[in-house]
Amino acid sequence: MRFVTPPPVRRLPLAGEQPATVVEPGAPGGAVATSGRRLQASPMAVERMTVDRMSIAYGAKVAVDEVSLPIRQGEVLALIGPSGCGKTTLLRSLNRLTELTKTASMKGRILLDGTDTATLEPTALRRRVTMVFQQPNPFPMSVFDNVAYVLREQASRRPRKRALQGAVQSALERAGLWEEVKGNLAHPALRLSGGQQQRLCIARALAADPEVLLLDEPCSALDPISTQVIEELIVQLREQVAVVIVTHNLQQAFRIADYVAFMYLGELVEYGPAEQVFGAPRADRTKEYVSGGFG
Amino acid sequence: MLGALVCAVLLFVLTIVVFVFKEAWPSFQHNGWAWFSSGGNVDRQIQEIFTAAADLRRPVYTFHAWPIIWGTFLITTGAVALSFVAALFVSVFIVEFAPEWIRTILEPVVRLLASVPSVIFGLVGVLVLVPFIGEHVISDDNRRSVSYIVSLSGYSLLAGVLILTLMIAPLMIAVFSDGLRSVPRGWLEGSLGLGINRWRTFWKIGVRTARPALVAGTVLATARALGEAVMLAMVTGGVAFAPNPADGVIFFVEPTRPLAATILQASEELTAPAMRHTIFAIAAVLLFSALMLSLTGWVVKQPMKKYGVRA
Amino acid sequence: MSAMTAPPAQPASPPPAPRRSARDSSASWRLTDRLGLAFAWLLGIGFLVVTAAIVLYMMVQGLRYVRPELFVTSPSAGFTESETGGFLDPLLGTVIVAAMAMAIAFPLGLCIAVWLSEYGRPSLLARVTESTIEMLAGTPSIVFALFGTLLFEQGALAFFSRTNDGGVVYGRSFFAAASMLALIALPLVVANVREGLQAIPAHVREASYAVGKTKLTTTRRVLLPAARPSVVTGAMLGVGRVIGDTAVIVLLLGATLRFNPAGDVPGLSQLKGTGSTLTSFVYANAPTGEANQPTKAYAAAFVLLSMVLVLNFAVDLAVRRGRRWR
Repeated sequence: MRFVTPPPVRRLPLAGEQPATVVEPGAPGGAVATSGRRLQASPMAVERMTVDRMSIAYGAKVAVDEVSLPIRQGEVLALIGPSGCGKTTLLRSLNRLTELTKTASMKGRILLDGTDTATLEPTALRRRVTMVFQQPNPFPMSVFDNVAYVLREQASRRPRKRALQGAVQSALERAGLWEEVKGNLAHPALRLSGGQQQRLCIARALAADPEVLLLDEPCSALDPISTQVIEELIVQLREQVAVVIVTHNLQQAFRIADYVAFMYLGELVEYGPAEQVFGAPRADRTKEYVSGGFG
Repeated sequence: MLGALVCAVLLFVLTIVVFVFKEAWPSFQHNGWAWFSSGGNVDRQIQEIFTAAADLRRPVYTFHAWPIIWGTFLITTGAVALSFVAALFVSVFIVEFAPEWIRTILEPVVRLLASVPSVIFGLVGVLVLVPFIGEHVISDDNRRSVSYIVSLSGYSLLAGVLILTLMIAPLMIAVFSDGLRSVPRGWLEGSLGLGINRWRTFWKIGVRTARPALVAGTVLATARALGEAVMLAMVTGGVAFAPNPADGVIFFVEPTRPLAATILQASEELTAPAMRHTIFAIAAVLLFSALMLSLTGWVVKQPMKKYGVRA
Repeated sequence: MSAMTAPPAQPASPPPAPRRSARDSSASWRLTDRLGLAFAWLLGIGFLVVTAAIVLYMMVQGLRYVRPELFVTSPSAGFTESETGGFLDPLLGTVIVAAMAMAIAFPLGLCIAVWLSEYGRPSLLARVTESTIEMLAGTPSIVFALFGTLLFEQGALAFFSRTNDGGVVYGRSFFAAASMLALIALPLVVANVREGLQAIPAHVREASYAVGKTKLTTTRRVLLPAARPSVVTGAMLGVGRVIGDTAVIVLLLGATLRFNPAGDVPGLSQLKGTGSTLTSFVYANAPTGEANQPTKAYAAAFVLLSMVLVLNFAVDLAVRRGRRWR
C-alpha cells in the first residue's frame, strides 16, 4: 500500500445527518451481517478524500449543491440518485474533469489526503485519482498499448517495452483480464467485447497505481454477465484503492457498496452505510427512491 | 435516370484519361524510357520539336524531361513537407489549444486563404518575394559562381516552394482540423482522466486517431501542388533548369520549372502534332502521378483501420 | 475510533472558492511537450500574421491603383499604363465563365450527389463513382485544359468555337473553358451536397416514406431543402474555384484582351469567341506576363480578392444557417 502512515480519519457530519447513525466500519455496530451482501466492509478503512461543501454550476444551473462527503480507502462508495441529480458531475469534479466544461463554475473544496485538489496540478491529481467512464473507451490501439499508454506517457522518460511488460501484466491481472488476453496482447482493443473493453479501461486506470478510482456507471453499457464480473472486481479492488462508483442501478449499489450517498437535484439527501440507506432510510425522498427501486 | 447520368459522367472521365494517354503515346514511343532521363536542354528540345513541325514528314520527338521532373519533385516535396509540419501544428493549435478569440479569427482566415486564386499568390511572389530573394538572399558572388550555367535573379526554387507552401497549407489545415475535431471526446477524456497532460493526450490520441485525415489532407494538397501551373510559372523562373544540390546554398535560389508550368508555357504551340504529343506526354505524367497519389493515399490508410481508427 | 464521530468545528459560511485555473498549466510538463505547445502557438500566430500581411498588402496595393474607370474601360494593347485601358472585359468574362461553368456543374453535381447518397445501387457503380469524383478533385486543372483543347478542336464540336476559313476548328471559346471548368467545380459540388444529405438523420427520410412519399419526392421536397446550406456551400466553393482558375482560361479561353466574338449572332457569338477573365488579366499584367502592367494587375487582383472574400462570407453565412442537424 502506498501510504505507510494513513492520515487521520476525519469525517464531516452531513446536513441532516445524525452522527449516531453513521456506523464506522470496524466499529462493533458496523459489522451488521446482512443478507444479500457479499463482502463486509474492510476494517482498515482510511479516509483519503474529503468533499467539503462542494457546489458546481453549469452557467446558472446548479448541478451540485453544497455536498460534503468522505471517501475512504477500503470501502466502495456508491453515488446513487435519479438521472440529472449531479452525481456524475460530482464524480467528475473529484479529479477536476468538470473543468473541461467551459461553463462550469465551482465553489467549495475537495481535499486529497488533506491537500486541496485545486492547488494540485490537474495532471498530477488525475494520476492519483483516475477515472473509468460510462462508455468503454479503449483507445484505438492494441490491448498492450492501451495499458502501457498510461505508463509511457506519465513517465518522464519513455520506458522500454520490456520494462513495461510486468506492469501491464499486473494491471491486467488486477482487472481480471489477463487470462483472457494474455495470448494476444497485440489484439486491437476495440475488437474486445464490451465487458472486456470496460475491464481493459479499469486495467488502464489501475496501471497508473492510483489512490482513488472513480467509476462512472461502468456497467450501464454492459450485459448482466459482464456486469457481474466487473462488480466482483470492484469489490476486490477496494482493498487497494478508494473506489467511488456512480450507478443508477440500486441492486448494484446494494451488492457492491459499503457506503451509499443518495443525491437528488444536486443535493446530498442521505449518506450512510449501505445497510442503513437501503434498510432504514432516514429521509423520505431516499425511502421513496429506494423502495421504488426495490419494489 | 440519375444512374444513367452518373454513367455518362464516368464515361466522360474515362474518355479524358484514355485520350490524354493516347495523345501522349507517340512521344513516349519515340523516346522510350529516355523520356524520363536527363540529356540536353528541355527548352531547346521543345523549340526544335516546334520548328521541325513545319516539315510534317520528319517530325522531331527527342525529349528528355528529367530537369522538369526533378523540378516538380523538388518543389512538391519541399512545399508538402513544410506545409505538413506547419499545418499539423496549426490545426492542433486551432482545434485544441487556441483561446476562443484566436480560433474565431483563425478558422475563417484559413478558409479564406484556401480560396485565394493561385494567380494572386503568384503576383505576390513576383512582386514581393522574388525581388527580395534577388536583392537580399543572392549575393554577387553567388551570381558569378554559376553565371556560366544559369543566371540567378530571384526567380527560384525557394520562391516557388515558399509560396506553394503558403498555398497548400490552408488546404491541409482545413482537412486536418476537420479530422481532429471528429476525434471522439471519450478517448480524449479517457486519457485526461488518467492524468496525461493535454498536449500528450491530444498528440497521442487525437493526432493518432486523425491519421486518416492527415493522409487525406496530404494527398489533396500534394495533388494541388503537382498541378499548380500558373503560380509556379510566375515565380520559379520559367527555365527548364534542374537545380543541382551540389551547388550548396545556391541550390535553393536556382531557377527551375515544373511539369505543369511547362505545359502552360508551351500551350501556344499546340498545333503541331509532334508538339501536341510531347505536351500531352507531360500531362500524362501528371495525370499518372495524380492517380498514383490517390492510390498511395488509399494504401497508406489501410493498416490504420486495424486498430479501429476510422478511415 | 468511536462509532460517533464528533463533528469538527465548522465555519458558518462555506470556505471561499479557491481560484481554479480553468486549464492546467504546462509548468510541470515534459520539456518536449512544452516545446511542442510553444511551437504550435508560434506557427498558429505566425500563420495568422503572414495571411493578414498578404491580404492586407493586396488590399492596400489594390486600393492604391484601383480607379472607377478601370471597371468600364476595355483593355487594349499598349506600352504605358494609360494606354492599356481597364478590365471591363475580363470582369465580365469572369462573371460569364462562372455562370456558364456553374450552369453545368451545379445540376450535374447535384444529381450525382443525390444518386450517391440516396440511391447508390449497384454499390460497385457507387464505389467507382466515388473514386472517380475523388480522382477528378486530384487531377491538375491544366490536364483538363489540355484535354479541352483536343476535344473542342474536333469537327463535331465546331459549333462551340470559331472555325477558320480552312475549316480548322479553333477550339477556344467560353463554351470550351466553361465546360472544362465545370469539371473542376464538380467534385466540390458533389462532396458538399453529399455531406449535407448524409448529415440528415435517417428518421427524416423514414418519416417521409412513412406517409407514402416516393424517393424522388422525398429528395426534392424534404432532403434537398434540408440540405440547402450544404448545397449553397458547394455552389459557392465551386464558383470560387472557377473564378480563381487561370490555367484553363489561358489554354481554353484564349486569354485575349477583349471579347473576340465569332459569328454574327449577338450573344452567342461572344460565347463562341474568345475572351479573358480577371485571373488571366492578372497573369498577363504581372511582370512575368505579356502585358506587364503591375498596377493593373494589383487593381484586378484586388477586385478578384474582393469577390473571393464575398464568396467566403456567403459560405460562412450558409454554414451558420445550416447548423440545424448537428
